[in-house]
Amino acid sequence: MVKDDIIDIVYERVGFTRNEADAAVEAMFETIKERLTSGEEVNITSFGKFRLRNKKERVGRNPKTGKEYSIKARRVLTFKPSKELREIVNKGS
Amino acid sequence: MTKAELAEQVSEKISLTKKETEQIVSIIFGSITNALNRGDKVELRGFGSFRIRHRGSREGRNPKTGMKVKVPPKKVPFFRAGKELKEMINNKKGSQES
Repeated sequence: MVKDDIIDIVYERVGFTRNEADAAVEAMFETIKERLTSGEEVNITSFGKFRLRNKKERVGRNPKTGKEYSIKARRVLTFKPSKELREIVNKGS
Repeated sequence: MTKAELAEQVSEKISLTKKETEQIVSIIFGSITNALNRGDKVELRGFGSFRIRHRGSREGRNPKTGMKVKVPPKKVPFFRAGKELKEMINNKKGSQES
């Protein structure tokens, strides 16, 4: 499934034009990106939480050459699925 | 930021009411949930992708009694941030670290 499929689903379920559905889907992901970029967590009830983690600098190793190099301190995004989502995907399997 | 705050901000960007936008936000995450439930993966360009990861069964222990228990295999929803989002989060272009 890609973004266009989500737009189609929104379009079919709500009484807007496809352009409006497109604008709404784009605006939502853009807003989430903006919030995360500004350092804020985004918590979607019954879906999950997008969290930011600060990683410290550490020494890494190129697995091919065995050469050591430093991995700089950085911020990474993680997703914690809600209990509800975890239960849904485990049902009926 | 919560789902309600998200809907409010989105509604300010597009010409829909907050209520309509809340409905759309729910449909979007509902559609992702359904896709994952079918075992489908969801790829959102510029944002990231959602997929299911399978965890095999393993032997665990009851932390209280120390008894061995078999933990059944399970599916775990997994998100991987896209390159663009990863870079944005790392403030590759101009930082505003507080």
